[in-house]
Amino acid sequence: MLRADNLAVQRGDKQVLADIDLSLQPGEVFGVLGPNGAGKSTLLDALSGELRPSQGQVTLDGRPLASWTGPERAQRLAILPQTSTLNFAFRVEDVVGMGRLPHATGRVRDLEIIAEALAAADAGHLAGRNYLELSGGERQRVHLARVLAQLWPGAKGQTLLLDEPTSMLDPLHQHTTLQATRAIAQSGVAVLVILHDLNLAARYCDRVLLLQNGRPHALGTPHEVLQAEPLQAVFDLEVLVQRHPERGHPLIIAR
Amino acid sequence: MNPVVLPRSLFIALGLLLALALLLSLALGPVSLPLLDTCKAALRLLGLPVAGDGLEQAELIIGQIRMPRTLLGLAVGAVLALSGVAMQGLFRNPLADPGLVGVSSGAALGAAIAIVGGASLGGLPDAIAPYLLSASAFAGGLVVTALVYRLGSRNGQTSVSTMLLAGIALTALAGAVIGLFTYLADDATLRTLTFWNLGSLNGASYTRLWPLLVVTIGVGLWLPKRAKALNALLLGESEARHLGFDVERVKRELVFCTALGVGAAVAAAGMIGFIGLVVPHLVRLLVGPDHRVLLPASALAGAALLLFADVVARLVLAPAELPIGIVTALIGAPFFLYLLLRGRA
Repeated sequence: MLRADNLAVQRGDKQVLADIDLSLQPGEVFGVLGPNGAGKSTLLDALSGELRPSQGQVTLDGRPLASWTGPERAQRLAILPQTSTLNFAFRVEDVVGMGRLPHATGRVRDLEIIAEALAAADAGHLAGRNYLELSGGERQRVHLARVLAQLWPGAKGQTLLLDEPTSMLDPLHQHTTLQATRAIAQSGVAVLVILHDLNLAARYCDRVLLLQNGRPHALGTPHEVLQAEPLQAVFDLEVLVQRHPERGHPLIIAR
Repeated sequence: MNPVVLPRSLFIALGLLLALALLLSLALGPVSLPLLDTCKAALRLLGLPVAGDGLEQAELIIGQIRMPRTLLGLAVGAVLALSGVAMQGLFRNPLADPGLVGVSSGAALGAAIAIVGGASLGGLPDAIAPYLLSASAFAGGLVVTALVYRLGSRNGQTSVSTMLLAGIALTALAGAVIGLFTYLADDATLRTLTFWNLGSLNGASYTRLWPLLVVTIGVGLWLPKRAKALNALLLGESEARHLGFDVERVKRELVFCTALGVGAAVAAAGMIGFIGLVVPHLVRLLVGPDHRVLLPASALAGAALLLFADVVARLVLAPAELPIGIVTALIGAPFFLYLLLRGRA
């Protein structure tokens, strides 16, 4: 379980993140929303240990993040960055197979997991292709498969952090990607996902954190948080919130 | 550009190529030996019981001149190619070169100091001059690399791009100092300096060979242990950290191996360019970027290519000899341009 207590991050003189208290529950999908520059990626960097917090601390299973050895931590915590800089002609399976580097499950099992993770990210048909020949959206799904493979098949105590996993995807794959994260959450993994699409967050997240200027503005279920007033306050956008006619979750429409 | 060759086929092909290169390197030169005699004499030198009537001359030539030269070429080629793989992995750029972190220019500066310093002291005793030159080149390479590494580090984190820029700056600085030495040098010193900067396997001896051989074996055994980390590093530094690798430590090891390997190679044979750049690139085109295959395959290919280049260097102007650095640059530079243009197409 990943937990942040009174987390704050300073960059120069500027407080870019402050007052963050959250603990990700096993099996939940936790959405982070906020305008550009609100500190979403900074939060993810702080949670993954890439940024040293100026205050507070992050614990994984009750132990400070830094006290874990690399492979131990990698077996419990996987992170999907917003973009990848991979510039070498690996085959798709080799990229996904890197998710198995922290494990010693053997080649046969790893190949099974790679195939399953690719299928989960709806990228099974890309197997055998050269990574560099893929489109941006296809690459994004391959990296999703990579972090899924890192935690596969998923267990309680594991955490997955995703930074805008749908940013380059077509509408169908925005849904398949979030369905895949729901599926791995089902196995007990706690998932934190940064999203820009309010309706995707409304549909797939159990809890939502609304960030504004590095501080939490609202935290709760999509029904509680995705209301006209907080969205107006944070995004400066006038919205109508209705009920999804079939699914019942909030449906956000710009006015 | 999917990989076109299976790793096993590549290893077999490279093994045969290297065997051919070894044989030609032992057989060809001002006095060319029949291939059969070469094989027999080489086997006899290895202590195998082969009938050896009338092979005294062949044994003498091979044992005294060509065997150390061939082994030197083998080690230089292998270690330069390995260092190239390490640097391209560290900088996550397939066009990176072992010279990027300043090790080549540092070694060249060290050698220039030894050559010009020795000459200005009225010439060093012949017994220690070659050792001093090698040691000075090696030390120069290590010192400049350490400096580049320090300049690129802040708060225990190493910025690869800062290292790259620091390497360029220090390379320019070393070039200026070498230029100054060249300007001040007298004719004889100038000739030594120039030849050394062009690289040559000429005058190889077992005493010059051993330190390089030890370093090559060490680097050749160490780097493959980091093959998985190098693969992960290609994803990005934070991604490699998230996969559980101690990235700072891996970076230190890569820089150290490169400094050691290139420093020793330059100390033994002067500046030989393009092997470290072109060989890993070529191997990657054939089997893909997986370092578990790339590292050993590049070592084999680098050794074979350098031996072929040396055979060419020996033969084109025979009985005179072309510096091998000219040969590798003549082959390597057009190939590099071809890679650039192909990538753009």
